Amino acid sequence: MVEIEHISKSYDTLKAVDDVSLTVARGEIFGLIGPDGAGKTTLFRILTTLLLPDEGRATVDGLDVVRGYKQLRQRVGYMPGRFSLYQDLSVEENLEFFASVFGTSVAENYDLIAPIYVQIEPFKSRRAGALSGGMKQKLALCCALIHKPEVLFLDEPGTGVDPVSRKEFWDMLRSLRTQGLTIVVSTPYMDEAALCDRVALFQKGRIMAIDTPEGITGAFDHPLYAVRSDNMYRLLKDLRQMEGVADCYAFGEYAHLKMQQDAPAEKAMKGIRAYLESKSHQDVEISPAEASVEDCFIELMKN
Amino acid sequence: MNRFAAFIKKEFRHILRDRRTVLILFGMPVVQVLLFGFVLSNEIKNAAIAVLDPSNDAESIALTNKLVSSGYFRLEKTLNTTAELEPAFRTGHIKMAVVFPPDFAASQDDNTREAPATVQLIGDASDPNTATTLINYANAVIADYQLEKAGAAPGVPVVRAETRMRYNPEQKAVFNFVPGVMTLILMLVSAMMTSITIAREKELGTMEVLLVSPLKPIHIILGKTTPYLVLTLINAAVIVMLGLLVFGMPMRGSILLLAGECVLYMFVALSLGIFISTRAKDQMGAMFMSALGLLMPTMLLSGFIFPRESMPQVLQAIGVIIPATWFNPVIKGIMIKGVGLDVLWKETLIMVAMALFFLALSMRNFKDRL
Repeated sequence: MVEIEHISKSYDTLKAVDDVSLTVARGEIFGLIGPDGAGKTTLFRILTTLLLPDEGRATVDGLDVVRGYKQLRQRVGYMPGRFSLYQDLSVEENLEFFASVFGTSVAENYDLIAPIYVQIEPFKSRRAGALSGGMKQKLALCCALIHKPEVLFLDEPGTGVDPVSRKEFWDMLRSLRTQGLTIVVSTPYMDEAALCDRVALFQKGRIMAIDTPEGITGAFDHPLYAVRSDNMYRLLKDLRQMEGVADCYAFGEYAHLKMQQDAPAEKAMKGIRAYLESKSHQDVEISPAEASVEDCFIELMKN
Repeated sequence: MNRFAAFIKKEFRHILRDRRTVLILFGMPVVQVLLFGFVLSNEIKNAAIAVLDPSNDAESIALTNKLVSSGYFRLEKTLNTTAELEPAFRTGHIKMAVVFPPDFAASQDDNTREAPATVQLIGDASDPNTATTLINYANAVIADYQLEKAGAAPGVPVVRAETRMRYNPEQKAVFNFVPGVMTLILMLVSAMMTSITIAREKELGTMEVLLVSPLKPIHIILGKTTPYLVLTLINAAVIVMLGLLVFGMPMRGSILLLAGECVLYMFVALSLGIFISTRAKDQMGAMFMSALGLLMPTMLLSGFIFPRESMPQVLQAIGVIIPATWFNPVIKGIMIKGVGLDVLWKETLIMVAMALFFLALSMRNFKDRL
């Protein structure tokens, strides 16, 4: 559905996208995971025909993004990073406008947006500017879907939205996928990676890994422990000096401790506890941890 | 077509829902015309003057009375010594002083004297325009007085200049201001408002979505400008009506021709607005560019406020490329002189050329990518 071959794009001296190649299959939710400034938006703008690549080629739904851009614009749905709605128009007016811009009507494709639109329909005469972040996001999604696109590009849809709305949003994406829609989504939130079918880990314009979320975490081949004590700052400092430690970083309210060598968990945890107590840490808590996409991202970034 | 209609509908909603836009669109033209018409005028009435008259004879008193009764001057102060002149000017109480010689009447009647009778006029040139005008008025009154005297004494040949101010016998300043304000307002609404509204779509990110849609650039441009074209036409009508009904301007030429010329001028202004919006990244930028690049020159260099003939060569040359320079004489020609295209063809052609040029330029610059 989306094929990218050796795409590069620079702004002055900054290489925003650097020799990226990837393929997205039809009916897949593909996640582009990376921090702010990784080049996700630039790549999205190239795929949605808004920017021309310096090098390489890309096709979306069989159409070249450079030469076939006019036809392609009929077939893609695009939701930019900022909520690109008309704040002074009502929910209903926004939807109507985007429908007629694509030469269709709300009634014609109502089925597609219905599950999402019913949630904001009670507020249909409210101005878009007065909606909450989560509702704006739903409206923007409706507007991007109203012309029944083949591919949906969502650039950081979760930014500025509360966790509950984010979860609802992902449920919607999953149900859209069952209708055969291909979805390419970018996000800086590592926890959202697990919700995609496949992800590309993106950093400084380059792809570090492409795989299913399970494949990514499965490739993590070091023992990992979650450790906690009464003093996080000192804990991180002390753990980094311990023998046999590969890496240690804050992870929520725990410190994630990556060991260099495999060892029986019980024995390793005992050793860590003894070490921490010798450094007079209180309330020490240690447990084995499953590697998450974020752990993999951090590992890949260091290599 | 449906697409286009939807776009225009959306645009009207933007305009009518923003109170500031509505105020600028409909409040400003009225306020500007009324302000320029009533408050700002370069006619001077009842200017405060002082008289220093050591002779104090029948002639000097007669001349003083003539000055005061002309309506232009008001006798604020009678001075006794020349030393009082400076303080009177300094405090700003008087704009002009008239100084008579000690023997005014005697010096007039005495034909054997070498030097003729003199009256000294002193103006406050810290405001040069007012000073010049006052001195001219006073000179005219004195000349008149002299003529009367000469008429009483036969045998002296006299040339009397008969002046007639054609088209505007009362020399109403508003005849100049209404066309001037029109050039300004139409430029403001057409160019500035369109450039801002396009820049707003860029700033808010909605332009990104519009571009990734089957809308062609020409649709976006026409959709953005059509509502403003309509509103500007209404504005032009309001200004003309105010001129006719409130300020008694004549409408001697064809009103249809005037409407046509207005539309032409708006096309020039709109295409300038689109051109600016292709350059500006946000609303602020668009506003600055149109204010400095369009409004200031329209006001200062088009000949609306300052006569172009007295400008330095460079500014005159810049004035040539300002649309208002050509539109202003067209309005005046049609409304005040009642002339038609047979006279105004040159100005019209120049505006047509400008419209085509800027339209082509802005179409070329309007990118259908980011």
